[in-house]
Amino acid sequence: MSIVVASASQLLSAMTSGKLSAVDVTRAFLDQIETHDGKIGAFLHVDRDGAMKQAALVDEKRRTGQPVGKLAGLPIAIKDVVCTRGLPTTCGSRILQRFLPPYDAEVIRRFRDADAVILGKANMDEFAMGSSTENSAFQNTRNPWDTTRTPGGSSGGSAAAVAAGMAPLAIGSDTGGSIRQPAAFCGIVGMKPTYGRVSRYGLVAFASSLDQLGPLASDVAGAAALLEVMAGHDARDSTSVDRPVPEYGRTLEQPLSGLRIGLASEHFAAGLDPEVASVVRAAADVYRSLGARVVDVTLPHSKYGVAAYYLIAPSEAASNLARYDGVHYGHRAEKFDGLIDMYAASRGEGFGPEVKRRIMLGNYALSAGYYDAYYLKALKVRRLIRNDFDRAFETCDVLLSPVAPTPAFKVGELVDDPLAMYLSDIYTLSANLAGLPGISLPGGFSSGGLPIGIQLLGPPFAEETLLRAARMFERETSWHTKRPSLQVGR
Amino acid sequence: MNYTTVVGLEVHVQLLTRTKLFCGCVNRFNPTQPNVQTCPVCLGLPGSLPVMNRQAFELALKTGLALNCKIPALTKWDRKQYYYPDLPKGYQISQYDLPFSSDGWLEISTDPKAPESRRIGIIRAHLEEDAGKNFHDETGRGGESLVDLNRAGTPLLEIVTKPDIRSGAEAHAFLDELKLLLTYLEVSDCNMQEGSLRCDANVNLHIADPNGATIATPIVEVKNLNSFRGVEQAIEYEARRQFEQWKKTGKKLGEVPKETRGWDVERGATFGQRGKEEASDYRYFPDPDLVPVTIEETWREEIRAGLAEFPAAKRQRFETEHHLSQYDASVIVAQGRPFADYFERVAAACGDAKQAANWLTQDVLREMKERQLTIERFSIPADVLGALLQRVVARKITVNSGRIVFAALLERSAESQPAGVETVDTIISEKSLAITSGASELAPIIDAVLAANAKIVADVKGGKQQAIGALIGQVMKQTKGADPQVVREMLQSRIAAL
Repeated sequence: MSIVVASASQLLSAMTSGKLSAVDVTRAFLDQIETHDGKIGAFLHVDRDGAMKQAALVDEKRRTGQPVGKLAGLPIAIKDVVCTRGLPTTCGSRILQRFLPPYDAEVIRRFRDADAVILGKANMDEFAMGSSTENSAFQNTRNPWDTTRTPGGSSGGSAAAVAAGMAPLAIGSDTGGSIRQPAAFCGIVGMKPTYGRVSRYGLVAFASSLDQLGPLASDVAGAAALLEVMAGHDARDSTSVDRPVPEYGRTLEQPLSGLRIGLASEHFAAGLDPEVASVVRAAADVYRSLGARVVDVTLPHSKYGVAAYYLIAPSEAASNLARYDGVHYGHRAEKFDGLIDMYAASRGEGFGPEVKRRIMLGNYALSAGYYDAYYLKALKVRRLIRNDFDRAFETCDVLLSPVAPTPAFKVGELVDDPLAMYLSDIYTLSANLAGLPGISLPGGFSSGGLPIGIQLLGPPFAEETLLRAARMFERETSWHTKRPSLQVGR
Repeated sequence: MNYTTVVGLEVHVQLLTRTKLFCGCVNRFNPTQPNVQTCPVCLGLPGSLPVMNRQAFELALKTGLALNCKIPALTKWDRKQYYYPDLPKGYQISQYDLPFSSDGWLEISTDPKAPESRRIGIIRAHLEEDAGKNFHDETGRGGESLVDLNRAGTPLLEIVTKPDIRSGAEAHAFLDELKLLLTYLEVSDCNMQEGSLRCDANVNLHIADPNGATIATPIVEVKNLNSFRGVEQAIEYEARRQFEQWKKTGKKLGEVPKETRGWDVERGATFGQRGKEEASDYRYFPDPDLVPVTIEETWREEIRAGLAEFPAAKRQRFETEHHLSQYDASVIVAQGRPFADYFERVAAACGDAKQAANWLTQDVLREMKERQLTIERFSIPADVLGALLQRVVARKITVNSGRIVFAALLERSAESQPAGVETVDTIISEKSLAITSGASELAPIIDAVLAANAKIVADVKGGKQQAIGALIGQVMKQTKGADPQVVREMLQSRIAAL
């Protein structure tokens, strides 16, 4: 078995049976990074020593018959927006370039408890703001299927790492589609859980009411295994929901009988690439062939989603990013004249243009005299969007939709057109506004050989249903078994 | 021309919680070691999240209820956004449009001897996190500024009064009563020196013009007030200054921007502080990291039921139940809850509240003052003082002997000898202070005194009743602990029989 193309579940059973050691597995992925990440640019920081040490510890545990955790020996790439004690956590920003968190995020604590191996930190759009990973202050990440194209974003590093066989598993954060869209662009599985399902403690905030951490993996089982460890109540996050976590892996292979798949006309709007549309319709046919009923639903307020999102997310972001002021940690300008200038110079040098744009948008929307017209109005729209979904889920169990309007776009194609870039989130951000779970999985390929994803959305805490429904499709198709050759492109 | 001084106070009170408002760091005044009572949350590190301290919220609710406020079913947290080095997140978690309590009042009386009291309206009380402290180079050489975040994130209660206060003295009385209430509730220690109570005053005048109309002068906010006395003096000063100013300029409310002035203790004067160039826009919005707090009726009532007796109610009860004068009740209650509790224990032990009140307001308070003690550190336990007063009440010793025992008890404690109830009797017997009321013991002494003072006896027999005092004195001297009333009666009957 080639380690780097194996799925997480295959690797886990090989390690459990003793066919492979955690050191073998970890070394293989580190070698793959060494060989290929020069042209992909998925990682900002690789913790080779830490990973090898941890792998050896896991092997020692197995060798001496000690109990091991659910992810024992499985390497994971961590999006660089999650705090890792003693490992750089930059959020893709110059302002945190030299920041070393003194603490682990709750998900990292859970990974360590589960005996996982932290491989390193994955590239991302600065503070998770972007859809192409081009807003990273440090490097571009290339799409392993075509290195002239972006991997999507903002979790582009995580998605590219998994697609390129540089990590069997990765985590990302999803504020408007930042897990699902890069997963689709890179031909892998990515899931955004229900808001409150995974603790945000230690996830550096972009927009607190929208942010959620989730898994990326080459198949549905990998995502299910990772989510099972990530999910659960955390008293340190007031928005974390205290609700039992199902064993997603246990029910994964059980098909859902009488499944009702919803298709919303609003999800086939102008600007949708015909190849993407046909992949989604073909997926509906797959479900029909499995005995599911496909029903039409309507989400009348979804057309206001982008507008509402780009008021709420920047408002929260402007506030969340106020702490990067050069006083306590992070970048401080060398030359400044007085306190105000120290703030201005440090932030001016530390933040990139997209972050600055959103800080300005957010502060404008929250200003006295504008609050009611913008922020408050957007909150009302948000409620209406949630109501649309609640109504839709009265007649269907899951919604099937595109992930992004197009397959992966070229590096540089949208970077100077913020509005076009924002519109690439059109099918994903409603789930964040409504707090719903969504999963993106490989649904086909474009004529140009680029992966195209499909998205399933469910009601709150329907992760188990989504994973089982996704697995039904995956079992009938072979898209998820395709791997990029890594020789393609320039 | 007549004017009325109009004052509204904004009081910040630090809560006596074990930990900070949104993290597990200890909430303690630490004047020496900077940045030791901190964690990722109160340092505002990336990725950290706040979790509400339920104890802080309950202390706040206690206060709201005690201030007769309306408590809404739902309250929330908002971010107040501004940049300052002592504010590590770039925003303060506070409460904007839905504070946990509003629209209440506190009853005060400016003079404990006067029966009239006044209600001062409370506009709102809300909970927020405190900022840290900046330390600047005071030499003017532009040295580095330092930031200490020990205080960052400690719970702060902001109480805003209506402009119901009419003088500096009334402001002082309000603060006294508020402090008393909050210390009785164990919400705060209200220590102005340590900054656990801070107060700003908004002052202006309503001037009666000759046509019968009222003219309001511009509102001035006075800051840097560091004692209740300072608040009082600053308000009085400000009223005089504003009146002079008005006579000079005729400027009314709304014609000049709101001014902020500081209080100079040394000069006893307020001074203009550089105003902000523009009104700040704090861009308040609901904190998405925290969930709104639902205050269910059962929770609210549970807290109400657990409230300690308020000072006002205690005063009232001391008057009706213990038959104390209004003055004594005020003095005792004003000493704080431990003192009032001490009083009640002494009263119960001796069976005479009036006697207990006399001793506490005179002897005990004098001792505490001289030795600069709080009642918790006062060396005579309540049951011991109660036993002593019980001996006085039962006429086993005289009041004067009681004072001797009291002094002896203090002396013993100064020599670190423990004093129990039995010590009282030991001292009485050691010093032979027991009233010798038995005729058999007194008779020989009386006979001897009568024999030795024939002249005085003749005077008394001749009608100079007051002359008997000298004889009583002599008998008392020889017996130490006789009951003067008994001595007087025995002398009278013996002289009459001569």
